[in-house]
Amino acid sequence: MATVWFIVLVVMITAYVVLDGFDLGVGALHRLLARTDEEREEAVAAVGPVWNGNEVWLIAGGGVLFLAFPRAYAGAFSGLYFGLVLVLWLLIGRGLGIELRDEVDSPLWRTACDTVFWVCSAALALVFGVALGNVVRGVPLHADGYFHLPLFSILNPYALLVGLFGLVVLAAHGASFLAARATGPLGARAARWAGGLWWAELVVLAGLAVPTDDVRHSALEAFTDHPWRLVFPVLAVGALAAGFAFRRSGALGRAFLASCAFIAGLLGSVAAGLYPSVLPAREGRPFGLTVHNAATSDHALRIALWWWPVGIALAVGYFVLAYRLHLLGGPRAGPAGGPQTGGGGPTGRPRA
Amino acid sequence: MSSHVTVDRWQFTLTVTFHYLFPIVTMGLAVFIAWLQTVAHLGREDRRWPLRRTAEDRRAHEAAAHLWTKVFAVSFAVGVVTGVPLEFQFGTNWAAFSNYAGGVIGQTLAMEGVFAFFAESLFIGILLAGRGRVSERLRWIAALMMLAGSWVSGFFIIATNAWMQHPVGYTLRDGRAQLDSLGQLLTNPWLPWQYAHTMSGAAVSGAFLLAALGAFYTLSGRHPEVAGVCLRIGVVGALVFSLLQIFPTGDRHARQVARYQPSSFAAMEGLFRSERGAPLVIIGTPDTEQRRLESAIEMPHALSLLTSRRWDAEIRGLDSIPVDRWPDSVPLVYYAYHIMVGVGTLLLVLAALAVLLVRRGRLLRSRSVLWALMLAPPFTFVANIAGWTVAETGRQPWVVFGLMRTHEGASPASSVPAGTAIFTLLGFAGLYLVIGLVYVLIVVRIVARGPELRAPPTKPRPTAAAVVG
Repeated sequence: MATVWFIVLVVMITAYVVLDGFDLGVGALHRLLARTDEEREEAVAAVGPVWNGNEVWLIAGGGVLFLAFPRAYAGAFSGLYFGLVLVLWLLIGRGLGIELRDEVDSPLWRTACDTVFWVCSAALALVFGVALGNVVRGVPLHADGYFHLPLFSILNPYALLVGLFGLVVLAAHGASFLAARATGPLGARAARWAGGLWWAELVVLAGLAVPTDDVRHSALEAFTDHPWRLVFPVLAVGALAAGFAFRRSGALGRAFLASCAFIAGLLGSVAAGLYPSVLPAREGRPFGLTVHNAATSDHALRIALWWWPVGIALAVGYFVLAYRLHLLGGPRAGPAGGPQTGGGGPTGRPRA
Repeated sequence: MSSHVTVDRWQFTLTVTFHYLFPIVTMGLAVFIAWLQTVAHLGREDRRWPLRRTAEDRRAHEAAAHLWTKVFAVSFAVGVVTGVPLEFQFGTNWAAFSNYAGGVIGQTLAMEGVFAFFAESLFIGILLAGRGRVSERLRWIAALMMLAGSWVSGFFIIATNAWMQHPVGYTLRDGRAQLDSLGQLLTNPWLPWQYAHTMSGAAVSGAFLLAALGAFYTLSGRHPEVAGVCLRIGVVGALVFSLLQIFPTGDRHARQVARYQPSSFAAMEGLFRSERGAPLVIIGTPDTEQRRLESAIEMPHALSLLTSRRWDAEIRGLDSIPVDRWPDSVPLVYYAYHIMVGVGTLLLVLAALAVLLVRRGRLLRSRSVLWALMLAPPFTFVANIAGWTVAETGRQPWVVFGLMRTHEGASPASSVPAGTAIFTLLGFAGLYLVIGLVYVLIVVRIVARGPELRAPPTKPRPTAAAVVG
């Protein structure tokens, strides 16, 4: 039963990174890609109506970790205290940067909000990568299930490398989203960035191979012992290649879907390499938290499995509706009425 | 109590108090936006009361709904971004509590995520879509869904809090609470009255916000149609929900506190000695050293009568409870409770007076009452926050009543030392100060710009085919 919830947790996190990933990616490239006030408005409008729903996957994913693996929730969040609080502050800045942008009709105010959105998104992509790097590397857990990592140990070289990878991957993800969605010079520039970032992804991914084997050799054994788990890395590499091919042939929408599959493959690979660990100790050290010693009772997990599918089915329904309204109502809507007529703000509402 | 726990408590106090100001606005306004949209959408001249409306009246309702939706949107955004830190602080600052209780309250918190937040995040987008981008009908449905979403969200939060106040449906194994029955968790006897009392408190704030805007526009001679709509709905809503606040929700909730948390109840009432025929204290100063109430004005027997419906019923005082199980600040609980009740009563009187004047058709000329209405909303927030202060400080010294003491719930000092928490506490304080200022600035601008009355329609209402675009 704990394994089922491990899978649920991985699915939730993957959904979060795929969905909020393109918001963050668009944000991370925001002031680099979009040159004029109109272009920046178009870029924010592309994520405006959906970022909040995307972020809910993080909250719900945190809820799943809390519900199913309270010990891991307690240990990871208190041990990575500064990292977590930094994430919270950046999430506040990112959300308000989008939402408050059009509340005051002044170019200065919009530039300020855009800059907050840009800096916070880029930093979030980096910090999420750093957090993942620390989990893969393992943390110095004690027997009581707690640990302490000061800020400068959170920022160790391996984690920073994964952080860089996170930034590159999400920026590429955001660029392919914008390339598929935006029109005019903004869309063309996004497509060029997506092309360049694809090579960056490849370089950093290759650069991660040896250090990852260094910090977590057991992950390799997980794949050799259970060859079926190789589907995840194969999916990632295949999606990366497919993304390249789709972009070359101009199928930008499919290139974005390939980017989604690439992220899913990556996170699936991490999960498959770590299982059964939820929060591993450093390689070779005891006290790691696994699905067995960190989970709540089987009884509670079984209860939660009754309502969970209902809630997620509803959520998926809302998402289909939201994305249909958003994607049909936006600039690429064709007959539904040209690019943002009437100066619609990022959330589609008229400017206050 | 070690210093890191104190800092953790201050940080949670700051972040939860600041956050809660915004859900009060959204949960309260959602009721009235839903009503305004319903009238705007369904009102006709040939319908029965209360939907018999002239076209003019409907347009005023629509304009009011649109204006309040703007305020709602900003409040919702700030509520979302300041709400996320609360869930995550359970892990960062209250790791031992999370480890202990996560198996139980993780259920309700995760349910809030999947059953409320996803719906809200979608329908807020629809509600805010520009006029003409979505159909009137869809916008009306979105208003109802926002009401449902925010109130469902409140339900799961109160369900979580109710378990901390009165734990049910669990067993203790390996030093952790494990869930036995979701049914018991969601039918916790503590839950319905605390929920009703909290939500009705938010609705009081929403009602007074409407009335205050109407009063402001009337006093400054602007937007008479929208001002009239806001004033009428606001004062009637304020009266209805203020009454509900006292009876039955406040009365029943207080009796539950007396039954399940006698220590909290005794502190609220400043009752140091158990008594038969206990008096109700109107004014008085609790003296914890001497264990008595200074210079008290009391209504004899009233507390026994209210609590047990019997003249001579015995009420347990603090003397029947070991001192190490007293709330760690009895005066704080006592004053917060009396501020809540006192302010709530004054608001009720104001609302009743205003409704009386509306019935006589004199409210628009009663400048003093309009001034009072305009200045009332902050006090509704004082009462709401004071109420939560009673709930949270009355529960002390427990984080889970009777099971886990607050200092046992904090993250270990080795993981999160006091200095670390002070640093982030100051960071939150600075950040929230800026957010608060920006919020006020934006709401003032929305109010100053005022509602936009749509010109009378010249073409038929949009059909379902115009849902998109």
